Amino acid sequence: MKSYILKRFLSMLVTLWVIVTLTFFLMHSIPGSPFNEERATSDAVQKNLESFYHLDEPLAVQYILYLKSIVTFDFGPSIKQPSQTVNDLLGRGFPVSFELGMVTLILAVISGITLGIIAALKRNGIIDYIAMSIAVIGLSVPNFVMATLLIQQLSVNFKIFPAATWTSPLHMILPTLALATGPMAIIARLTRSSMIEVLTQDYIRTARAKGLSPVKIVFKHALRNALMPVITVLGTIAASVLTGTFVIEQVFAIPGMGKYFVDSINTRDYPVIMGTTVFYSSILIIMLFLVDIAYGILDPRIKLYKKEG
Amino acid sequence: MEKMIEIKNLHVQFSTYGGQVQAVRGVSFDLHKGETLAIVGESGCGKSVTSQSIMRLIPTPPGRITSGSILFKGQDLTKLSEKKMRDIRGADISMIFQDPMTALNPTLRVGEQIAENIMQHENISKEKAKEKAFEMLELVGIPNPKERLKQYPHEFSGGMRQRIVIAMALICNPEVLIADEPTTALDVTIQAQILELFKDIQQKTDVSIVLITHDLGVVAQVADRVAVMYAGKIVEIGTRRDIFYTPQHPYTKGLLRSVPRLDLYESELVPIAGSPPDLFAPPSGCSFAPRCPYVMEVCDRMYPVSTKLKESHQVHCWLQDERAQKFVTTIS
Amino acid sequence: MLEKQEYKQIPDEWFTPKKKKKSEAEAVVRPSLSYWHDAWRRLVKNKLAMLGFFFLVILVVMAIFGPMFSPHSVTKASFTEQNLPPSASHWFGTDDLGRDMYTRTWYGARISLFVGLMAALIDFIIGVIYGGFSGYKGGKTDNVMMRVIEILYGLPYLLVVILLMVVMGPGLSTIIVALSVTGWIGMARIVRGQVLQIKNYEYVLASKTFGTKTSRIIKRNLLPNTMGPIIVQMTLTVPTAIFAEAFLSFLGLGVQAPYASWGVMANDGLSTILSGYWWRLFFPAFFISLTMFAFNVLGDGLQDALDPKLRR
Repeated sequence: MKSYILKRFLSMLVTLWVIVTLTFFLMHSIPGSPFNEERATSDAVQKNLESFYHLDEPLAVQYILYLKSIVTFDFGPSIKQPSQTVNDLLGRGFPVSFELGMVTLILAVISGITLGIIAALKRNGIIDYIAMSIAVIGLSVPNFVMATLLIQQLSVNFKIFPAATWTSPLHMILPTLALATGPMAIIARLTRSSMIEVLTQDYIRTARAKGLSPVKIVFKHALRNALMPVITVLGTIAASVLTGTFVIEQVFAIPGMGKYFVDSINTRDYPVIMGTTVFYSSILIIMLFLVDIAYGILDPRIKLYKKEG
Repeated sequence: MEKMIEIKNLHVQFSTYGGQVQAVRGVSFDLHKGETLAIVGESGCGKSVTSQSIMRLIPTPPGRITSGSILFKGQDLTKLSEKKMRDIRGADISMIFQDPMTALNPTLRVGEQIAENIMQHENISKEKAKEKAFEMLELVGIPNPKERLKQYPHEFSGGMRQRIVIAMALICNPEVLIADEPTTALDVTIQAQILELFKDIQQKTDVSIVLITHDLGVVAQVADRVAVMYAGKIVEIGTRRDIFYTPQHPYTKGLLRSVPRLDLYESELVPIAGSPPDLFAPPSGCSFAPRCPYVMEVCDRMYPVSTKLKESHQVHCWLQDERAQKFVTTIS
Repeated sequence: MLEKQEYKQIPDEWFTPKKKKKSEAEAVVRPSLSYWHDAWRRLVKNKLAMLGFFFLVILVVMAIFGPMFSPHSVTKASFTEQNLPPSASHWFGTDDLGRDMYTRTWYGARISLFVGLMAALIDFIIGVIYGGFSGYKGGKTDNVMMRVIEILYGLPYLLVVILLMVVMGPGLSTIIVALSVTGWIGMARIVRGQVLQIKNYEYVLASKTFGTKTSRIIKRNLLPNTMGPIIVQMTLTVPTAIFAEAFLSFLGLGVQAPYASWGVMANDGLSTILSGYWWRLFFPAFFISLTMFAFNVLGDGLQDALDPKLRR
C-alpha cells in the first residue's frame, strides 16, 4: 500500500510539473503578449509584471523563478486589473466556486448512485427505461443549454427561482441543478452497468444460497464491488464539474473564480489566465491523486498487495 | 431409510430469445438420510438446473418450475414463499458451487462471510458467530484459523477457498448439502483432499449430500447411489455397484467406456458419437436415440417406460422390453 | 409413463434395430452466426440506436443539401430583417445581423460535424498507432509509453484545450489541433488493452502452432475483436468534441466569422435570452443536444451489439 501511494504521489508531482511548465512556455510563446517585448500596457502595469516575472532575465531563469513562485502559491499580478493580484481574485472567487462545485458533486453522486441502483434492480422494466432515458438526455444536453433552459422556464416564465448571483440558498438551486445533470447522468449509467455486472457474479449467487435477504445482498455484498468503477471516475467527473463552473457562473452571473477566468480569457489578461490554469490544474491533479488513494483503501487487493510480498 | 428430499416429476423451463428451453423434463428421485447421491451427465443435461431448483435459486425470469414437486421433510419447496425459502437456504439445505476462485466476495473478510450465514439464521451474538466460524475452519482443515479469519479471499489458494466455502455452507448444520461440481476447477490432488473432507464430514454430521459431477472417477470415490441424466431426464439410477458393474442404459455404458483407462494396455478412447439434442423442441421419443448404437424404431416414437431391475436399480430404455431381448443377444 | 394397455399395443416390428444415418447424430440444430452478422442483428433490434442512426443520416443530408432549400444566403446581412421570429420566409428566424437562421444552422452543422469527425479521426489515428505499438511491443517500451500516458492523463482536458486556444488564437484548424492534443489518450489505452489481450489469446497461439501466417492471424483474429471497442470509442468521441467546440465558442474561443458553428450561434443567442428572441438560442442548442444524443445512443447500441459476452 505504501509503495502504491508513493508511486501515485510521484506521478502527481510529475504531472503538476508538466502543467506548470507547459503553461509557462506556452504563455511566453504568444506573439504580442506582454511577455514578448511588447509594451501593450501602461507603465505601472508593466513595472508590476517585470518585477514579478523578472522579464529582463534570461528565459531559463524566469522559468526557475516562476516555479519558485508557484510553489509558494504566489500567482502574480493581473494586467487588466492593476490593483489586483491573481491571488486576490482567487481569494474572492474561489470559495464561491468551491461551494458551487462541492454542492454539485454531492448532489450528482448521491442522486446518480441512487438512480443507478434502482435502474439496475428493476432492470429492463419501465423505471429502468425512464431513468436511463433521462440519463442520456442529461448527458447530451450541454450544461450551458441546460442552464439557459432552466433560467428561461423557471425564472423568466414561471418566476419560481432567482436567476442570478449567489446570495441565498435559493439562488443555489438552479445553477447546481444545471451543473449536476451531466455528472449525475454519467454516474447513474456507470452505477447501473456496474451493479448489473456485479449481480451476475458468483459470490452473489453464494450470498443468495446462504439465504440472505435481497436488501443485504445489494447493500452489503453488491454495492461495495459495484462502486469501484464509480470511484475511479470521480476524478474526471470533478474535472468536468470544475470546467463546468466557468460556464455556469457566466450564465448565472455568479462571482466565482470561473467568471473571472472567463473574463480574463476575453480580455487576454495573460497572467490571470496563467495563474488560474495552474491553480485549477493543481486542484484537479490533487483530486485525482486523492481518488487513487481512496480506491486503494477500498480495494483490499491493493491494500494488501505489498504486504504479501 | 428416512427420505430427506423427494422430487417428483420436476419440469423446469427457460424463456430465451430462441424460445422456451425445456431444461428439466420430468425428473424424479429421492435423497436418503446420510447418503451421497451423485448426479452425472454431460454439460447441458440439466443436472445443475435440477439441483438449483431444489434451492429455488433459478432466476425467475427467465426460468421457472412448471410442474412437479420437491418435498423436503414433508414441505413442498416449490410452493413455499420466498421468505420461508430464505430461512431454509443456508440453514437446512446448503449449496456449494463449482468455481472457488469467484465464489467469495473479494471485498469482505473471510470470517465475516462465514459468520454471516449463522447470524442470518440464528439468534446469535457476533462473538459467538466468530467462534463458530473458527470451529468450522478447523473442521475443514485450514491451519491457523485465528489469523485466517481476518484475511481476504485473494489471500487463499483455490483448494483453501473451496474449504472455506464448505465451512460457510455447513456452519448452520444443514441436513442436506448440494455440491455442484465442487472439484471440477481444482487440481487432482486437491480434489482428492476435498472428497476426503466430504466423507469425513458426512461421517461426523450425517449430512445427506447431492453431488453433481461429470467425472466418473469422483463418483466412484464417494457416491452411494448414482443418477445418470441425459437431456433433462434421468435415464438410469442405482447404487454405485449397479451403475459401475451392471449398467443397463446405452448412455451409461457409453460414459463408462469413454473414461480413459490407465490399467489396460493399448485401450482405445471410445467417445460417444454425436451431441445432445436441442432442448427447444425435445423429441417425443427417447432423446438418446440419435446417438444410440442399439436404436430401434420404437425408440424414436415413444419415450421408454421405467423398468425396475432391482429395488435399487431403475432404467428407462426400450431394450429392457422383452420384445427387444430377442434381437439383441449381447449388449456388452 | 405409459399405461399397460398402450404398452402392449406397441407393434412388435418396432423392436427391430434401426438403420441409422450418421448425419442424424451430428446435425447441428441452429445455424451459428458470424460475429459481425450477430452484432448487426442486435444493433438493428435496438430501436433507440436506430433512431439515433437515422437522425444522424438526416443530419448529414441536411447539412449538405439543407441550404439549397432556402433562398437566403449564409452571410447576407440585412438591417431591415433583424431578429425576426420564425416565419414562412425565414423558417428559423433571423439573427441580430438579419442573417437567415435556417441557412446558418445547416452551415453550422457542417462545421460542428467536421470538427467532431476530424477530432475523432485524429484521435483514432494517433491512438491506434501509439496504443497498438505500445501493446504489440510490450515489455520496457510498453512500460515507458504507459507512464507517459499516465502523466498526460492527469492533465485536465478542457483546461489544456483552453490554454492552447488562447495561445494559438481562435480558428477552425486550431480547434481541431487543440482537441486532438489530449483526446487520443482514451483511444490509445483501449487499443493497447485490446492488443495485449489478443496477443495472448489461446486461439492466436493455436493458430500460430498450425503455422498460420501472421497477416492472416491479424486479419481473422485480432481485427474483429479489437474493432468493437474502438468503434464504440470513436462514436463517443464525436459528441465530446462537438461539446468541447460549443464550450470553446461559449468562451469566445470558437471559430471565427464568417464561419459559424452551432457553438458560436448558441453563444450569440444566449445573451438575447432575456430579450425574448428564443429562436436564436433554441435552434443551435436543440441541434447540438440532439446530435450528441444521437451519437450517444448509437454509441451505446454499438457497445451492446459488439459486446462478445452478450452473443447468442
